[in-house]
Amino acid sequence: MSKISFKAAASLAITLIFALSLGVLSACEKEGEKQQTANTKSSLDVIKERGVLRVAVFADKYPFGYKDSLGQVQGYDVYFAKRLAKELLGDENKIQYEFVDPAGRIPILESDRVDITLANFTITEERKQKVDFALPYLKTAIGIVSPQSALVKSIADLKGKKLLVSKGTTSEDFFRKNHPEVELLAFDQITEGYQALKDGRGAGFAQDNTEVLAWARKNAGFQVGIGDIGTVDGIGAAVKKGNTDLLNFINKTIEKLAAERFFHADFEATLRDAYGADANPEDLVVEGGKI
Amino acid sequence: MYEGIDGIRVIFEGINFQRLMVGLLVTLKIAAVSVAVSIPVGVLFGILMTSRKKWVRLLCYFYLDAIRIIPILVLLFVFYFEITRVFKIQWSGEFVAIIVFSMWGIAEMGDLTRGAIRSLPKHQIESALALGLSENAIHRHIIIPQITRRLIPPSINLITRMIKTTPLVALISVIEILKVGQQIIEYNLYRNSTASFWIYGFIFIVYFLLCYPIAEVSRRLEKRWG
Repeated sequence: MSKISFKAAASLAITLIFALSLGVLSACEKEGEKQQTANTKSSLDVIKERGVLRVAVFADKYPFGYKDSLGQVQGYDVYFAKRLAKELLGDENKIQYEFVDPAGRIPILESDRVDITLANFTITEERKQKVDFALPYLKTAIGIVSPQSALVKSIADLKGKKLLVSKGTTSEDFFRKNHPEVELLAFDQITEGYQALKDGRGAGFAQDNTEVLAWARKNAGFQVGIGDIGTVDGIGAAVKKGNTDLLNFINKTIEKLAAERFFHADFEATLRDAYGADANPEDLVVEGGKI
Repeated sequence: MYEGIDGIRVIFEGINFQRLMVGLLVTLKIAAVSVAVSIPVGVLFGILMTSRKKWVRLLCYFYLDAIRIIPILVLLFVFYFEITRVFKIQWSGEFVAIIVFSMWGIAEMGDLTRGAIRSLPKHQIESALALGLSENAIHRHIIIPQITRRLIPPSINLITRMIKTTPLVALISVIEILKVGQQIIEYNLYRNSTASFWIYGFIFIVYFLLCYPIAEVSRRLEKRWG
């Protein structure tokens, strides 16, 4: 064996690793500078040059963004994303999907990993500080789904009980701000929230009314006791703050699509199956960005 | 709508099984690469922690405590979103996952190694020094052979912990087996009321098959060397 001691070898190895990572970092930084100069071009041209629209969608939120048994991305949001790709790039399949969780929707835009977040994104004042929202294409209020045997009909019914919510959603915000007396149990994943409700770990699960209505319809023994908490909110696509070119493009497309009642067609194609024959598209669909 | 035992078909519907296996590969890749980096580098790090130089020890403890105090989820977010925002580097989610899990593994493995070295009776090293053995020889013939045995049970524990922590990477858009499972469950919410039971049950068995053999190997090694 060599005369170098283990400790010396260890320090050498670790110094090397640090040096290497520093090298990688600085190399990447230079690349970043190049990217920045490219950013002075119109964001639409950047997408056209790339030839693919990068969109953040949900992969576990039926019927808005989900994967079917064949692994295909489907849903109301996805239907719209495909149309945007068709309008911009001439092919609805020129999309690169990134699958997000609710809490990742803003940072994924800020870190330039996608061009558009189209993931059932409710438009709020707070979020407007961080991203730019396009015109709404869907509307919603908060609903609470609970077991029929102990139906939650008003917020007062929640006194001394636990309410289940999803982290980073409008429902969580609303209850934290306006009803601090209600004890919240927050989950990272929507799936976990429903599982907790089934397991009886909370009196009810608060989510967008669209979401809970559909779920209650298919889960015997559960019902939406209140479906109009908070104000009626718009749901819209979001882009990185300051990406005006792309924002204007989305808004113009939405206005143009009103003539062909595109979002009604979207509703029939993707939501009808979930909400049933009785559902009234006017309760949810927004055409031309007018709530 | 499927119910009861019939619900098990959710695992094999369409390409669901294939999707779960692809997710498993992602889990395995992240865990295997991180473990492969963590064990050797962690042992070196542990030896450094016993250095006689104070500033070396201080640096090591600073790193160890930093990694221990910061939740892994925060590290994942910092490396995935913040570094990209500040430096404009776009590392893939999988790469970030491997970096963060390796950082964590190195810190933990280092601390285990430090503990193992400290647990050796001091007189062994002092006697060796008195006999005129070099530091190199002491490490090779006295310290390393003994700590290897002592390190096996805790490092197996660390490996299985790393495997079981991989689902966190779903939050930086890496789709591993548990996330695939959740996608399948969500799609079947209204189609198959028992989907979550079968999918979670299946994933439970997969994790068991993954972690049990590792534990079994460690048990045998312990018996043989014990």
